[in-house]
Amino acid sequence: MVKLIYFSWVRERVGFNEEEIELPDGVATVRDLLGWLRTRGQNYQHALEFPEIIRVALDQEHANHEDTVGTAKEIALFPPMTGG
Amino acid sequence: MESRIPTIKVQTADFNVAAEIEKLTHGRTDIGAVVNFVGLCRSEDDTLEALELEHYPGMAVKQLEALAREATDRWPLDGVTIIHRHGRIEPGQQIVLVVATSMHRDAAFEGARFMMDYLKTDAPFWKKEHKVGQTDGSWVDAHDADLMARQRWAS
Repeated sequence: MVKLIYFSWVRERVGFNEEEIELPDGVATVRDLLGWLRTRGQNYQHALEFPEIIRVALDQEHANHEDTVGTAKEIALFPPMTGG
Repeated sequence: MESRIPTIKVQTADFNVAAEIEKLTHGRTDIGAVVNFVGLCRSEDDTLEALELEHYPGMAVKQLEALAREATDRWPLDGVTIIHRHGRIEPGQQIVLVVATSMHRDAAFEGARFMMDYLKTDAPFWKKEHKVGQTDGSWVDAHDADLMARQRWAS
């Protein structure tokens, strides 16, 4: 099981802050994960409408879409950051 | 110059710039330069009622620590302080503070600029604007999404 956490408008569109989930075997990379999540319902489809702009952190470290999800326990999905 | 451990804070409370500088320079006679940047909330011609800043608690601190470490590796900085607020912030109020101290001004200027620039793109904070007279806020990064969406059609 991994914990998925959502922030900003990704969180609003998915409809909740976080969830525990079992990733299917076919999900190896961050890109696979985004693709699979989009098949899980309209809320995910809406949140990940433009997957290329979604930023992902694996165990609180920034990751690229090519990176393997590996043994990450906490995966966060969010839009480009706008702090400062 | 051996850098001291950076001070990193993510908090809802406001901060006192003079007090933060004093903490880095008190009792010291070897520091020649202090550069500080303070980011403020703008009213956008009185259209903005408030900003709401969301953050990723564990990761925000980690990212700011990593930025501070990178800066102290790259420049001979003595001290670094980064404070980033979250929650509701109104026009005129302070959002972020970056302080860098060094023997000489170039390192302090460049180190502070580096941390501020990277903070904007790498630290997990998101701004939502609440406009005067509107009930729903809008995320500041919606514009980025629009831009990317448009670029998809450019190739």
